[in-house]
Amino acid sequence: MKSNTAFWSILLKDTRSYYLKPPNISWGIIFPLAWTGMFFMRSGQGLDSIPGLLPGVVAISVLFGTTSLLSVTITFEKKGRSFERLLLAPISLELLMLAKTTGAIIFGIVNAFVPVIMAAFFTDLSGVNWITLIPAIVLIAISSTFLGLFVAVSVSEVFEAQTFSNFIRFPMLFLCGLFFPIEQLPVFLKPLSYIMPLTYGADILHFSFQRAGHMPLAFNFFMLIAFCTILFQMSLRNIRRNWIL
Amino acid sequence: MDVVAKSIIRVKGLSKKFEEVQAVDSVDFSICEGELFGFLGPNGAGKTTTINMLTGLARPDKGSIRIQGIDCSANPKAAQHLMGIVPDESNLYPELTGYENLAFCGALYGMKRQSRESRARQLLEQFGLADAANRKFARYSKGMKRKLTIAAGIVHSPPILFLDEPTTGIDVASARQIRQLIYDLNAGGTTIFLTTHYIEEAERLCRRIAFIVSGKIVRTDTTDNLMRLTEGRHIVQFALSKDIEGLASAMEKEFPGIKCRELIGATVRIESGKPIFIGPFVKFMEDRGAEVSEARKIRPSLEDVFVEITGIEAHAMKGEKEKGDNSK
Ligand SMILES: Nc1ncnc2c1ncn2[C@@H]1O[C@H](COP(=O)(O)OP(=O)(O)O)[C@@H](O)[C@H]1O
Ligand SMILES: [Mg+2]
Repeated sequence: MKSNTAFWSILLKDTRSYYLKPPNISWGIIFPLAWTGMFFMRSGQGLDSIPGLLPGVVAISVLFGTTSLLSVTITFEKKGRSFERLLLAPISLELLMLAKTTGAIIFGIVNAFVPVIMAAFFTDLSGVNWITLIPAIVLIAISSTFLGLFVAVSVSEVFEAQTFSNFIRFPMLFLCGLFFPIEQLPVFLKPLSYIMPLTYGADILHFSFQRAGHMPLAFNFFMLIAFCTILFQMSLRNIRRNWIL
Repeated sequence: MDVVAKSIIRVKGLSKKFEEVQAVDSVDFSICEGELFGFLGPNGAGKTTTINMLTGLARPDKGSIRIQGIDCSANPKAAQHLMGIVPDESNLYPELTGYENLAFCGALYGMKRQSRESRARQLLEQFGLADAANRKFARYSKGMKRKLTIAAGIVHSPPILFLDEPTTGIDVASARQIRQLIYDLNAGGTTIFLTTHYIEEAERLCRRIAFIVSGKIVRTDTTDNLMRLTEGRHIVQFALSKDIEGLASAMEKEFPGIKCRELIGATVRIESGKPIFIGPFVKFMEDRGAEVSEARKIRPSLEDVFVEITGIEAHAMKGEKEKGDNSK
């Protein structure tokens, strides 16, 4: 298929030009390591607490891994006009945007395993439910990539993309039940929690690491998939509306 | 022969408005297979907007576009595989080499690895860029960038090529090479839609030209027919020691049947349907206090036709501030 060639070439080019660049690789590894180390030390509860911290650290790694480079791969290329080349290529916008985001998704998934592998050296991970963990990580990576995509296609400057994605990323860390339960949040913040895809992903992570989920698994997966679909469609709509004049 | 059957691009009533600006206003034209068709007009005339609508980067407000029979107004993606597009600014990837850029562009059009790689090498050779094949695009000079951008536009050997101001803002030597490349491509059978604000470029390259001003096509005709309008026309240009207030209208009043234009730099041009005897004109100007240092017979060119038809002074086209090459 002709579009397959285009898909793989775009993915390969982004991987080479962005994700495999030494600063980004090291960022992708050091950043999760730093978070992991920091939380393990701060908790001061010894190695037993590691499974309780892993959901948060894994989620942060995915969130930052997926969204950090989208402002470059999308907004920057749009501003440099090379993105027009992609819009002019005879492939559908859906396939094009999947090609542009698959790199970020894979990068996020790889980042997620940095803290998991590190934890494996210090604690026994045999109780982890991998059957739910791996799909959860993939879906968290996809949903946060598409959230980043939505930001990236809704602005025109790289700094705006970065500012807005921080505006979303940092509150997510506190609102999605990663480090303290959503029940402990003030009432007026709770609705915010439930409109963030990571809330549902975090719940599956808690379940996978400690059997400590609050919502039904199927519901969590359904919500993640729904967020992925809606965010992707909204991004495509914004591209069609704002970039094809 | 049926002209309609041969036309590869057919545009009817194409219009596009940006907020208050009617960028393209009810434009009609058709381009035959193998033709080199030129859109000639000043900056802001609507040339780029027209190309964007034809190629799917902009949505028309009104009008129909048919490319090789495919209705592109309904589905702008449907004919993109037939097109090569060279934008007015080089927009290749600065971090890739010339070779990688071409191979990547080939892949976007579904070319298999072997064919895109050999095509990339062949184009680098053909465009005189073989030595720079492994240099990053960011390091290319402006002329090289433009050449590679054209090569990227034809990597998939499209039957139709859109060139948006291909020689604007680059050095004279590169511009000449590029014109030759365009000519050769067309001779090889590629249908070319070219925009330019250089009258001479249009005259030399294009078989047919549309004059576009403020979004409207004011005239479409073959270059030969347009040049024929200059037949039987006589032009003399005078260089004066200084400008004279209101000289043109005074001369036209004094010598009925002539047309007089004041050009920049104390120069006056007289046009007439009959041979011009310069004596009376020189006297007229000297009487008004200017020395006439030179009187030159001018071969009428497309420039004169353009000025007559559009009412736009040629220097207003040439004097356009050149847009820089913004690619990093
Ligand atoms: N994205 C846009 N938003 C608003 N106005 C635009 C936009 N693009 C073009 N225009 C306006 O439309 C007119 C035609 O522009 P353009 O097609 O770029 O002209 P040309 O290529 O002939 O120089 C100009 O007045 C320009 O300012
Ligand atoms: Mg233009």
